[in-house]
Amino acid sequence: MGWNMSAIVLKDLNISYGTTRVVHDVTLDVAEGESFALVGESGSGKSTILKAIAGLAPDWTGEITVLGQPRGHRVDRGFATTCQMVFQDPYGSLHPRRTVDAVLSEPLEVHGLGNRAARVVEMLAAVGLDQRFRFRFPHQLSGGQRQRVAIARALMLEPKVMLLDEPTSALDVSVQAEILNLLKKLRREQGLTYLMVTHNLPVVGFMCDRMALMNKGRVVEIAPATALHDGSFTDPYSRALYAASGGNPAREAQA
Amino acid sequence: MNAPLLEIEDLRVSFPTPKGRVEVVRGLSLRLGRERLGIVGESGSGKSMTGRAILRLIRPPGRQRAARMVFDGIDLDAQSERQMRALRGARISMIMQDPKFSLNPVMTVGDQIAEALITHERLARRDVRARVIEMLHAVRIHEPERVLRLFPHEVSGGMGQRIMIAMMLIPRPDLLIADEPTSALDVSVQAQVLDLIDELVRDHGMGLILISHDLNLVARYCDRIMVMHGGEVVESCKAQDLHHASHPYTRGLLAAVPRMEETRDTLPVLDRSAWGGT
Repeated sequence: MGWNMSAIVLKDLNISYGTTRVVHDVTLDVAEGESFALVGESGSGKSTILKAIAGLAPDWTGEITVLGQPRGHRVDRGFATTCQMVFQDPYGSLHPRRTVDAVLSEPLEVHGLGNRAARVVEMLAAVGLDQRFRFRFPHQLSGGQRQRVAIARALMLEPKVMLLDEPTSALDVSVQAEILNLLKKLRREQGLTYLMVTHNLPVVGFMCDRMALMNKGRVVEIAPATALHDGSFTDPYSRALYAASGGNPAREAQA
Repeated sequence: MNAPLLEIEDLRVSFPTPKGRVEVVRGLSLRLGRERLGIVGESGSGKSMTGRAILRLIRPPGRQRAARMVFDGIDLDAQSERQMRALRGARISMIMQDPKFSLNPVMTVGDQIAEALITHERLARRDVRARVIEMLHAVRIHEPERVLRLFPHEVSGGMGQRIMIAMMLIPRPDLLIADEPTSALDVSVQAQVLDLIDELVRDHGMGLILISHDLNLVARYCDRIMVMHGGEVVESCKAQDLHHASHPYTRGLLAAVPRMEETRDTLPVLDRSAWGGT
């Protein structure tokens, strides 16, 4: 595929919370337009990497570059227009007392952008939400609808890079399928780059081009998504994770 | 199987809403021997409420009613609350989803497991300790003497869930209800915990009801499967026949799960209007 530029470059990235270092010497390169997964178990440091890129884990050393721009250690207004994050739990990530319309207009207000109503209407259509949801509160929406709102909010400033932190793990399987299809469609239509955290290998197979497998704060292997078809992993930890996630006796029958 | 362990006919659970009572379980019937039954469904399908109703744990204003609910010859509907307490834990026990919320944070692991035992049996203190250590060995905790003295926040999620299992199995119940016992755990630990439940259930000849949203997991660990949707059982089949399921909801669910060797460009989405679902 014709990737020419790097969307995200991490070089010798070390991240700490207080005195505990949770991510060690991570170096990786995500091409523009690529969908890249960070895979690992709880505590492997995968979400922490997303937080550092987003500016939510400021205690890091090394280099973070997004679309050619070095990332500073703080929340950065200009950065918000190139890179946005979608969180795991749509029940926790939306303000309970703000309508969908208010949630989606806020990024535009903060950045002094006009034509807000028209953009909100357009975005609702893009994420597959009917216009009647525009003036509802989060508690009037289902989990899948809320996650659509969270994705819409992230896209309001037309970023090029999306950080996805387990975007479907709080959802039912049938809703998960809808959201994964939506993310795939948006990436195709808007030429987005995805860096996605997940512990679910089949989701990586559906959504991503490559993955980095993480264990105890280190990247143990970078593999193409096609490695999931034949299990061609080299690191023992990757193999163990693959075995624990697969081993589904019904799979042959299904195919 | 001549005398079933558990027999339920026409179980209904309802909750009041401003628009009148809503039934979340609508006329469920099942017969369970000393076997492993899986109940699968999405959020709101009524699978957890079914599990709770068996233990008569639906709190008011929720209400449960059944034409017949018999456990090992005991009519559960006719038991007093006091009699139910003697059954719960001792004969039927339940493993909940998240050890973080089900363990008592201010009691040591050893005391909690011992409490489960002392509540139902009179034993000398030395015997209690021996049984607790034996049980911790059974759930593959390697240094039981050390773990006994720990508090729940000092153990990992996987170990917490093994402690829960130890607590639920120490009174040697006949029926174990496991409600999403591994959804809070990592994949590699999930397999260990389920293998452990499976082994203990087989060794003790217990009945198991495994409640989960994960079709493939249930298919792997159960003999029979019931698929619930909107409070009703839409399909019930042998685990090995799950992939030949006939109901459109079951088929839709199976198709919507991404596979390890995924090659599809879009995942099929459930057409919820087909059977009037939400």
